[in-house]
Amino acid sequence: MKVRTHMSMLFHLDKCIGCHTCSIACKNIWTDRKGAEYMWWNNVETRPGAGYPTGWEDQDRFKGGWEYKDGHLDLRLHSRTQGLFRLFFNPALPSIDDYYDPYTFRYSDLFTSPEGEDQPTAVPVSMITGEVMTPASGPNWDDDLGGSPLYAQNDPNLKGLDPGVRAQLSEIEGVVFQYLPRICNHCLNPGCVAACPTGAIYKRAEDGVVLVNENKCKAWRMCVAACPYKKVYYNWATGKSEKCILCFPRLETGQAPACAHSCVGRIRYMGVLLYDADRIPEAAMVPDDQLVESQLGIILDPFDPEVIAAAKAEGIDDGWIKAAQNSPIYKFVKVWRLAFPLHPEYRTLAMMFYVPPLSPVVSTLEKALRASQGKEGLVRLDIPETDLDFEVYESLERARMPVKYLANLFTAGNESLVVPALKKMLAVRILKRQESLEGGVTEKALRVLQDAGLTLEEAEAIYRLTTLPTLEERFVLPPYHREMAAEVWKDPLAHKGETGFGYIQPPLRGE
Amino acid sequence: MNWNTLLFGVFPYIALTLAVVVTAYRMAYRPFSVSAQSSQLLEQKRLFYGSIAMHWGLVLVLLGHLLALLIPKGLLLWNAVPLRLYLLEITGLGLGLWALVGTWVLLTRRLSVARVRAASTSMDYLVLVVILVSALSGVLTALLYRFGSYWFPAVMTPYLWSIFTLQPRPELIADLPFWTQLHVFNFWVFLAVFPFSRLVHIITVPLGYVLRPWQIVIWVRKLAR
Repeated sequence: MKVRTHMSMLFHLDKCIGCHTCSIACKNIWTDRKGAEYMWWNNVETRPGAGYPTGWEDQDRFKGGWEYKDGHLDLRLHSRTQGLFRLFFNPALPSIDDYYDPYTFRYSDLFTSPEGEDQPTAVPVSMITGEVMTPASGPNWDDDLGGSPLYAQNDPNLKGLDPGVRAQLSEIEGVVFQYLPRICNHCLNPGCVAACPTGAIYKRAEDGVVLVNENKCKAWRMCVAACPYKKVYYNWATGKSEKCILCFPRLETGQAPACAHSCVGRIRYMGVLLYDADRIPEAAMVPDDQLVESQLGIILDPFDPEVIAAAKAEGIDDGWIKAAQNSPIYKFVKVWRLAFPLHPEYRTLAMMFYVPPLSPVVSTLEKALRASQGKEGLVRLDIPETDLDFEVYESLERARMPVKYLANLFTAGNESLVVPALKKMLAVRILKRQESLEGGVTEKALRVLQDAGLTLEEAEAIYRLTTLPTLEERFVLPPYHREMAAEVWKDPLAHKGETGFGYIQPPLRGE
Repeated sequence: MNWNTLLFGVFPYIALTLAVVVTAYRMAYRPFSVSAQSSQLLEQKRLFYGSIAMHWGLVLVLLGHLLALLIPKGLLLWNAVPLRLYLLEITGLGLGLWALVGTWVLLTRRLSVARVRAASTSMDYLVLVVILVSALSGVLTALLYRFGSYWFPAVMTPYLWSIFTLQPRPELIADLPFWTQLHVFNFWVFLAVFPFSRLVHIITVPLGYVLRPWQIVIWVRKLAR
């Protein structure tokens, strides 16, 4: 057992309101630069939808992630030799149009236009060429299902869905969507690291952050194609690849990443996970439907004395072990089994986790009733409001957001993992609603809890961490001990007074 | 000192010195600037035809030049049979033309595609022009003064060795025709431009990739000790 620590983020999708504040926070800090205008290290997608870059989940085209065949785990992009032969042209690389032509508006026109009959307008101009253009796509072009006949229907996660269910997804009054915020998954078995011919990308053992060494990067741009999540970007101005750095400068100073910190819906949690680095290959080499289980299998119990001893032997300090024990991620992922990695079938062992969203069921039930009675117009379920939740609980398979769709996103199509998670969340909701409607814990609510496999204490804990967590409960950040790291790098006395000085080279293209 | 000595006896040393010293400095102290500066993100189709043709054409032709430099006798022996000579010359000419066409495609692409033009520096154009002159003068030499693989071992091999062994004999070049002289001089220009341009990416070809393990994990603290 080789214990390592990992900083992980968790997205509670049931709370995401799709406001894009995370994206803006990230953009303002990291990608508001020449060559990086089109990059969104953090982006929010509407699902069903094609995402950003458009159709990124289509691995037949973009060749991201790993393929498990005949007992071998291979990059879908290339073998090592193939990689060298494709240095001059990489057929799987997305082009800027797969993202979008970044644009701004020429606001100065508003002031400098000659006087005339019409109001002056600020014309859109490309941020690459500076020429006037007509924006035709963007990072959230199909936000809230805008243009869904063009975008949402191309969502690869809709495969395996009953045609009737597919049609129902886009019906008036039955239309449904959810949001999917995405950052780099800081995988345990990253495709980008494996694909980089130069070896410029690496994973930090201390906290699992995957970083590009900009000084080593030589623009072979294999990482862009090999990342199945399309979360490595190529800066066309500097000729270097860039990606989400999990705001490590913030983590090292005890702050949550900007996207998490700014989250309006407070959907994001940060915490430490302990994992067994020795078992990474075996976790990635199992059939699709077992991938989630195998990945959770190498995430270790931070309370297990054996794990603690092994962690200490690896030089992991007490602060980190304590943070792992208090980690909200560990609770959601391992204890309550409510969260899953995004697209485990890519076999990169993504380390950011998602709690799947609940969706309205009632209207679907009402529609079925309407159809059975052959009536037009609105038909209401004739059930007392206090019992409505139970009806929903029993009819999860008719949820507006099909379970199969969620399974395609989060469990490689394995519905038997998603359903228990949704049932647990519903059971907690029922418990809490009964408490406020009936004034206490009811017998019926307890029966649902038992059916979902939760104790009253667990349900209470899930409720508290979901709806009422404080900042410190959402972000359990370990001490990075930068003071010690600095001493290792440099003798503080010898370099006293130097901080902030030196030569800063502007990131120019070439020389 | 006449022009010939200046261009073929002195300038090569300036170019070589620049190539070695500036490249070493840049690799060590300005590593961020070292990059192949790919523009594939901005335009793909014309790059596909241009880049593959230029790169492979140049790599293979340069390998041929290197062979002639290292084993001139072997080359002459190979050429002893006319059929083998024709085969070699046709292959060389074909590859040269391939590189020439590829470079032309890349140059016109860089000039005419607005996005690529926006990302270009004057050095990017200069590099393509130098390579274009190199490919053009090389192809013309091959067409007009056949057969190059016959006289290269007799003229160019001793000239290049005379430069590398610090006993320059520029007079070997003096009587060559214009296109060939241009080809040789352009090579030294190429070397002089090399450290100041994206051309440095040539020495960073990541052959080590074949041997390294897939994953790279770094302990920042252990690294520092």
